[in-house]
Amino acid sequence: MSELNIAMVEKYRNSFLHEVEANVEEGDWVKMCMQCGVCSGSCPLGSHWEHSPQKLFMMIRAGKREEVLSSDSMWMCTSCYNCVVRCPREVPITHIMHGLASYAKRLGLVPKGQQTAKFAQHFWDNLVKKGRVNELKLGLNLYFMNGFAEGVKTSLKMKDIGLGMLKTKRMSPMEIFGGHKVKDLDGFQAMVKKAQEIETARIEKNMNA
Amino acid sequence: MTEVIATNQTILVVGGGVSGMTAALEAAEMGKKVVLVEKRAFIGGRITQLYKYFPKLCHPTCGLEINQRRAKMNPNLTILTLAQVTDLTGSEGNYSAKVTISPRYVNENCTACGDCAKAVDAEFDNEFNYGLGAMKKRKGAYLPYNMAHPQTYVLDPAMIGTEDAEKAKAACKYNAIDLEMQEEVLELNIGAVIWATGWRPYDAAKIQPYGYDRIANVITSVEFERMMDASGPTGGKLIRPSDGKEAKDVAFIQCAGSRDRNHLKHCSRICCMASLKQSTYVSEQFADSGKSTIYYIDIRAIDRFEDFYKKVQANKNVSFVKSKVANIIEDKATGNPILRGVDTEGYHRYEQPHDLVVLAIGMEPSLNEAGFPGEVVINEHGFIERDESNGAIFAAGCAADALDVNRAVQSATAASLRAIQVVNRVAGAEG
Repeated sequence: MSELNIAMVEKYRNSFLHEVEANVEEGDWVKMCMQCGVCSGSCPLGSHWEHSPQKLFMMIRAGKREEVLSSDSMWMCTSCYNCVVRCPREVPITHIMHGLASYAKRLGLVPKGQQTAKFAQHFWDNLVKKGRVNELKLGLNLYFMNGFAEGVKTSLKMKDIGLGMLKTKRMSPMEIFGGHKVKDLDGFQAMVKKAQEIETARIEKNMNA
Repeated sequence: MTEVIATNQTILVVGGGVSGMTAALEAAEMGKKVVLVEKRAFIGGRITQLYKYFPKLCHPTCGLEINQRRAKMNPNLTILTLAQVTDLTGSEGNYSAKVTISPRYVNENCTACGDCAKAVDAEFDNEFNYGLGAMKKRKGAYLPYNMAHPQTYVLDPAMIGTEDAEKAKAACKYNAIDLEMQEEVLELNIGAVIWATGWRPYDAAKIQPYGYDRIANVITSVEFERMMDASGPTGGKLIRPSDGKEAKDVAFIQCAGSRDRNHLKHCSRICCMASLKQSTYVSEQFADSGKSTIYYIDIRAIDRFEDFYKKVQANKNVSFVKSKVANIIEDKATGNPILRGVDTEGYHRYEQPHDLVVLAIGMEPSLNEAGFPGEVVINEHGFIERDESNGAIFAAGCAADALDVNRAVQSATAASLRAIQVVNRVAGAEG
């Protein structure tokens, strides 16, 4: 258990809903859920999740902290927004899913080897480096995410698509050297750093309050 | 020319549904002069299109007949049909209303013999049946429905100037058809106004995932109601629009358009009881081989309605699924709509075919459509709010809130009393 996690368990004790409201992005919407289930039924990947959004919201209210934060369901959200457009109460379900995932990561509760979490980290690292996604490097990172042998295998499987993209100039091989970036890279990175500081300060303040 | 005598001691009632009719009759029977303005060609409103009332399961035609008789007998009441209030100005005790009357092309000589209808060929969508079923169409010369009051035929304005109109005129033995009839505009001086313009079903096609506009066997609760009418579009049979097969396995979807920030924010209040009631239609028609399934968020059967809910729950042919259906797809081979979703009691994912789906459609105030011709306070849901600044304009029934018939009548009686007080004050002041 991370130190932050221990502190948060101590702080919120029996009120996991309050913890979510304070610390999770859009978490204060969770109480608005009326358990109609339209989100779960609308999720295109719904049958592959252990906990549908509706179920997660009920678990939050029931104080099932460990089960929620170590669930891998919110990591499965593809941001299709089907649930958000159909929710009769306009609950920003997609954002809450990402908020829960992000909070679980902060607390060190992401299930080991969770593939989407792993990829999300690669994506983030790739993005903050230049302020632009380097698709060539991101693709290679993804292929080799689970070891060299699997990487080679996936690369061979995908080679036609890769070559096709090169041919139609949808991807440049030069991206391997540095790659394109935003105009004001220093400014961009300072902005990200500041945002992270604000977010961390907010959570720490909640912890100590 | 239509002659209407009105003074500032007259009450104007706008809308001739159950609320407007009640308000008008209560005031007229108190000796007040009342002018009732109705947009359609007949009075009675949406209750004329219902099979049964909840919770007593009695027929609306019964009370309607009593009210129509009260209306016919009362000399204080003037009824204007095919009429709309197009302008309203003034203040308490002294309003001026502009009433626009569309031509009916049939005068009071009409005996409702129906010869004109037989003579014409032109057909139009039958709004009385919401365009449903085999009797989707009505003739260009028509009586809106059997019990229509007044019992006077109407000529569809789209037919005027065609050969059919001449045929209708030639067929009439009573010289009742007047093709020269023009729109009339009356200026009425009145003391108080009761606004009872009622409601209309929410546009089901806007609830995209339910496929009302794409799937033949997805219909609305108001259409389902028409199917039970022996003289209705299906001759009183519960059948599927796609193939005419008996609809023995019916799904009801609650909150179709209501309690939903994407549609109507308010709870329409009638739909839970309406679906519970309609499940008894399925049992009435098919006994034990008829099955109803009600998909709901929560059943709102308040106070004395709880007994009715309990009774329906006890019927083994009615089942309840606590879930807002996510979407509906059509099984092309059978025409069955397939309902998909996850239930809240156990989070079971379902994909359930039914013969027919009935959307318990929400209640939208008719005010939303045309707006209000004068100044009143209208809330975010489109209903008229009770407010001092409304002066002597009183909302009754579904112009005031989403109400069932019982509560609409209570609301109408209350509005009527308020209006009576106003005209009494006017009378008192004038000695």
